[in-house]
Amino acid sequence: MTPMMRDILLLALAVTAFLLFLTILGERMRKRRAQPDPAVEVFMTRVDSWWAMVVLFTLALIAGQWAVTLLFAVAAFAALREFYTYSVRTKADHLSLAMAFYLILPAQFLFVTFDLQRLLGVFIPVYVFLLLPFVSVLRGSTDRFLARVSETQWGLMIAVYCLSHVPALMLLDLPGYDGRGMLLIAFLVLVVQTGDLVDFYLGRRYGRRRIVPGLSAKTWEGAGFGLLAAALMGVALFWITPFNPLESAAMAALASACGQAGALVLRAIKRDRGLRDWSHLIPGQGGFLDQLDSVIFAAPAFFHLTRLWWLAT
Amino acid sequence: MRPLPALRRLAARITGQGLVLFARAITAVHADWRGVGPSPRQRVYFANHVSNGDMPMIWSVLPHHLRLNTRPVAAADYWLKNRLRAFAGVEVFRAVLVDRRREARTDDPMAAILEALAEGSSLIIFPEGLRNQGPEPLQPFKSGLYNIAAARPDVELVPTWIANLNAVMPKGEVIPLPLMCSVIFGAPVALQEGEERGAFLTRAAAALLALRPEDAP
Repeated sequence: MTPMMRDILLLALAVTAFLLFLTILGERMRKRRAQPDPAVEVFMTRVDSWWAMVVLFTLALIAGQWAVTLLFAVAAFAALREFYTYSVRTKADHLSLAMAFYLILPAQFLFVTFDLQRLLGVFIPVYVFLLLPFVSVLRGSTDRFLARVSETQWGLMIAVYCLSHVPALMLLDLPGYDGRGMLLIAFLVLVVQTGDLVDFYLGRRYGRRRIVPGLSAKTWEGAGFGLLAAALMGVALFWITPFNPLESAAMAALASACGQAGALVLRAIKRDRGLRDWSHLIPGQGGFLDQLDSVIFAAPAFFHLTRLWWLAT
Repeated sequence: MRPLPALRRLAARITGQGLVLFARAITAVHADWRGVGPSPRQRVYFANHVSNGDMPMIWSVLPHHLRLNTRPVAAADYWLKNRLRAFAGVEVFRAVLVDRRREARTDDPMAAILEALAEGSSLIIFPEGLRNQGPEPLQPFKSGLYNIAAARPDVELVPTWIANLNAVMPKGEVIPLPLMCSVIFGAPVALQEGEERGAFLTRAAAALLALRPEDAP
């Protein structure tokens, strides 16, 4: 067994133990109540969804880089579909949206597969940004034109560009960390999720001052707890990263900060469109964008910060 | 219905399942049982009609045991145009085919519909008749729905709104966009005592339109 495979399995075991603990906790809560309690049921549906995600993610890690890239490409497709379902568009955008789904999205993830880092970085923000409005304008309709092309570009940035930076972590060529980039993905996802969860449960209980009153119940206190928990998780997981424990804590806190900020931004978009959830596709969690909101914003920042860290050390 | 040879029946089942999977993979179509539950009662689902994908869409979101007993009412001239359509229409969807050419037809469409109901099937109908390509969200209903309501008061008439499907493939486009669709089932509409044809049809259309999501473009 390669050292990386050993680390993947160790990590999977630890996460499985944690989920087992949550499942047992939920079943005990279920037993103790005479009537089915909706809060407990929601909690259990969420835990079930986490099980599914952990199993899928672990299988992809074991199968190799292509499987991880494919997994995130599928997630990006679902996320882009959720975004475009509610974006401003008319019939005139049909071709540019079809190109986004069927050409640009696969291209971006092929750049990851074939390690074309330059293209990965500029393709959507530069070339697609210039090309798609042209495709839309060819149909001749100028009705809400700027809003349409902006939202089309935004969808691609969020769902495809940002999300493709998660599997792109496997491309980072860090000294002494050869081929272990997959573990960096697990690190990112775990610290961001930890931050979100702790923010959610402790923030609801102890939070006082809301960050954006009227938009979200998120509080400064909750965010602080989330950052702290992410940093602690970062220390606990430093053995799978190229960082030392202190660096690992700092990186984890930064990733969590980006993630929490991103969750607020996507929440504002949801509110603007009058949505509660982006879709119903992940039981108990809503849609892919609801589930991935923090990871989406954390991924590019984490990618570039890790590269900077390597240049600096 | 005439029994089909086993092999063709198998092919029809596989095609049907394939269609269901395809619809779910592309549009993540979601059933919203808002006014009724997915129960095995005999029903007529009456829906808005904007695209040729409407009927397969409703058909896909029905739970399997309901789908087996639900037949769409569809135009014979469309579904018998070539062998592929005939296979899909007759064997996959088991459509109740009616002749919409008022002058040329020999069979009464209502008779075929009532016969299918007498066999115990649930039905899917599009009371607007033709596909809606105008700016109005719903066109005036044809009389068929009233005739069904008058002849079979025991059958539930369920308004069924298909949301977003016209964005997936607007008229004139060839590539379908993978946007999310939903099928919303409302509370049944029943003919009231002494209610006129026109009043009933207007009320049924209003019940259907009320299901339309607010953010619909």
